[in-house]
Amino acid sequence: MKPQTSQTTFGPRRGALRVLGGVAVALALGALRPIRALAAEWNKAAFDARALPDALKALGIAGAVDSDKVELKAPEIAENGAIVPVEITSAIPGTEALYLFAEKNPQPLVAQFDLSGAEPFISTRIKMGESARVRAIVKAGGKFYSASREVKVTIGGCGG
Amino acid sequence: MADAMKIRATLSGDVADVKVLMFHPMETGLRKDPATGEIIPLHFIQRVLATHNGKTVLDAQWSQAVSKNPFLHFRVKGARAGDRITVGWEDNKGEKASIDATLA
Repeated sequence: MKPQTSQTTFGPRRGALRVLGGVAVALALGALRPIRALAAEWNKAAFDARALPDALKALGIAGAVDSDKVELKAPEIAENGAIVPVEITSAIPGTEALYLFAEKNPQPLVAQFDLSGAEPFISTRIKMGESARVRAIVKAGGKFYSASREVKVTIGGCGG
Repeated sequence: MADAMKIRATLSGDVADVKVLMFHPMETGLRKDPATGEIIPLHFIQRVLATHNGKTVLDAQWSQAVSKNPFLHFRVKGARAGDRITVGWEDNKGEKASIDATLA
């Protein structure tokens, strides 16, 4: 585990902490507790990858097969590419991780969710630069299962 | 950062249904400041961690392509009234926030 440096932790909040004193410090330290338990490093190689195959390689995903046990909900037409609701549900026993990709985004990997007690279900909102296939991949028992949907984006949501 | 997040956790049987809003710009590094024309630097939540009574149940890694003011909805099985769900995030600048809810 990487030690937290107090500078990055408290830099932006220093003024507020001074005003509120010890109580705020105690609260802020409490707030950091769950973050300290973070396990793996953020997968820079996978998130920086500019093409889906490179992202998959960096994630160690190989041989993903389409499965109707992976349910991916996404709109057919997203009027605003800045807010595209996406929901993944896996009915595959032993699901341990969910991966989400927007295949034509500058960096296709959007998110990885490692499950260690949460149900194999995630709902969130993502940005899409242009119309593209959204893909969900599920890891279960060391194997990979996939589902995808084409989403037509009317106004892109990355730049502007 | 008391208002950096909102959480709503409800219990249905033994499943906790948790919805979280995180107030964060989620800058892609591609957007220009309309006033100055300067590129707004990459600034986004990279990690999200959820715990149930202190035990990690969900550990997420995110890119800048999660929408501004991220919304996250997940469920935890084996939950009971009085249990505590905590969700925390950390961004690429090392800023952090967390919030918790007690299941009722």
